[in-house]
Amino acid sequence: MDVKKIRKDFPILNQKIHGKPLVYLDSAATSQKPASVIEALSQYYESMNANIYRGIYALSEEATQAFEATRKKVAQFMGAKEERSILFTNNTTEAINLVAASWGRKNVKAGDEILLTQMEHHSNIVPWQLLAQSQGATLKYIPLTSDGQLDLSSLDSLLSDRTKILAVTHMSNVLGTINPIKELVANAHPKGILVLVDGAQAIPHFKIDVSDLDCDFYAFSAHKMLGPTGVGVLYGKPNILESMPPFLGGGEMILEVYADYATWKPLPYKFEAGTPNIGSVIAFVKAMEYLEKVGMDEIRAHEKEITRHALLALQELEGITIFGPKDVEVKGGVVSFALADIHPHDLGQLLDQEGIAIRAGHHCAQPLMRVLNVPATARASFYLYTTISEVDFLVETLKKARRYFYRGF
Amino acid sequence: MAFEALDDLYREVILDHFKNPRNHAPLSAFDVEQEGYNPLCGDQIKLQLQFENGRVVKIGFMGKGCSISQASASILTEEIQGKSISEIEEEIQFFKSMMQGEANVEDQDVGDLEALSGVRKFPVRIKCALLGWTTLEEALTFYQEKTKGA
Repeated sequence: MDVKKIRKDFPILNQKIHGKPLVYLDSAATSQKPASVIEALSQYYESMNANIYRGIYALSEEATQAFEATRKKVAQFMGAKEERSILFTNNTTEAINLVAASWGRKNVKAGDEILLTQMEHHSNIVPWQLLAQSQGATLKYIPLTSDGQLDLSSLDSLLSDRTKILAVTHMSNVLGTINPIKELVANAHPKGILVLVDGAQAIPHFKIDVSDLDCDFYAFSAHKMLGPTGVGVLYGKPNILESMPPFLGGGEMILEVYADYATWKPLPYKFEAGTPNIGSVIAFVKAMEYLEKVGMDEIRAHEKEITRHALLALQELEGITIFGPKDVEVKGGVVSFALADIHPHDLGQLLDQEGIAIRAGHHCAQPLMRVLNVPATARASFYLYTTISEVDFLVETLKKARRYFYRGF
Repeated sequence: MAFEALDDLYREVILDHFKNPRNHAPLSAFDVEQEGYNPLCGDQIKLQLQFENGRVVKIGFMGKGCSISQASASILTEEIQGKSISEIEEEIQFFKSMMQGEANVEDQDVGDLEALSGVRKFPVRIKCALLGWTTLEEALTFYQEKTKGA
């Protein structure tokens, strides 16, 4: 994998920030986009823009075909056997809300339990809280080990006869922990418990095969995997999706509408009400093609190398605390840390001055921050365009930041 | 080094208040207690105030957060010591207008408060600087409601 060559495909990496080259270490928030995606997006608006599924004219037909070509590509990219398993949403959050609202209200009753983990993003907590409140159900959480992995010692009792669904992240956006989805599914399914996987941090970075994982739902966003913002995907097993009522009602999702009732289109259209983000869905195909061209295994290997290097270099810093596993076999390219008593927000401000973009805050994971007993963390996250020298520059700049912050003390 | 561009934000006075926060201990007795939270960076502030004859005689603050939020709260505890409610309200208004760039701090003797005027150039951090002051404002409202009926 030639990172130098890859970087040339990402126009934004030529940017200067405060006069310094951009060192973008916030890909877990959103990835940068290659020229092919940006061009596809503008090409759509320049030469293909029309609404889909309705026009009896060439442009609309072309846009519809391109839109459906992305669905086909997503299915192949993630190992889904049927295209009707692939629903387009606005983002991961909406995909999870779809399941919580549609499947949840139909299947979760008073006294039932919903099992989450202590490392979930708010988008995989709050939709379940809303469901639990409306149904009178209870939320349970799988605890963490001291190094930030799931503590599965009590899994058997947490997957109780009241549990209806386990909603778990494939990879933590804070700790980088990669969770053993197959093992979780193998424990949940015999008890009739469904499994939803929040794959927002996983599918951009390593090969996913939902048929092999055997999970019931898998949600992710295009914008974290080189695609445009405003496109989310929900994969669901077709028989489960078919049993679910619509999430949003409106245009596109209906077959016939009468004064007091309507009938629905078949999958996947039943769940795609209103005009979708057509241009971005169409451009998303270029992102998946780019990732496949580079190779998901190559990307994972590169990120392992970067992460291993970052962990070693950061550990040398005086006053550093690194959260999450240190073993790159169970950790993706996300490193959260604290440096002495410098607040992450202050660190972020200092690093920005040198052109380095990191995330500082609670990362939409406040329950996890409480488990870690910190108000916030600093987080550097990597992708296929991240270089070893960028990581070294981060570490050098952290040293400088520490000296600056402690000047006169 | 490039960090010099941030010298106006991270003045020595601010770093000193951050590292040695004043009145940074819970009070054994207080008339009002108020918590403030800034979800953007996770800054937390808890203020406790004790009044005597309408004036603040003791103040305690606890909190976790960025240097700007914690230093601003520390400076606040020194600023309002011994002041009446109306004086404190004036102080809050002054601080808010200073953050909005309306009050002219250069002509006034405002002590350590002046050090926070540099925050104005960093719009993202204004919320951090304001947290202690908005928490104080809520504490006063709460205290006044509580004592009205008494």
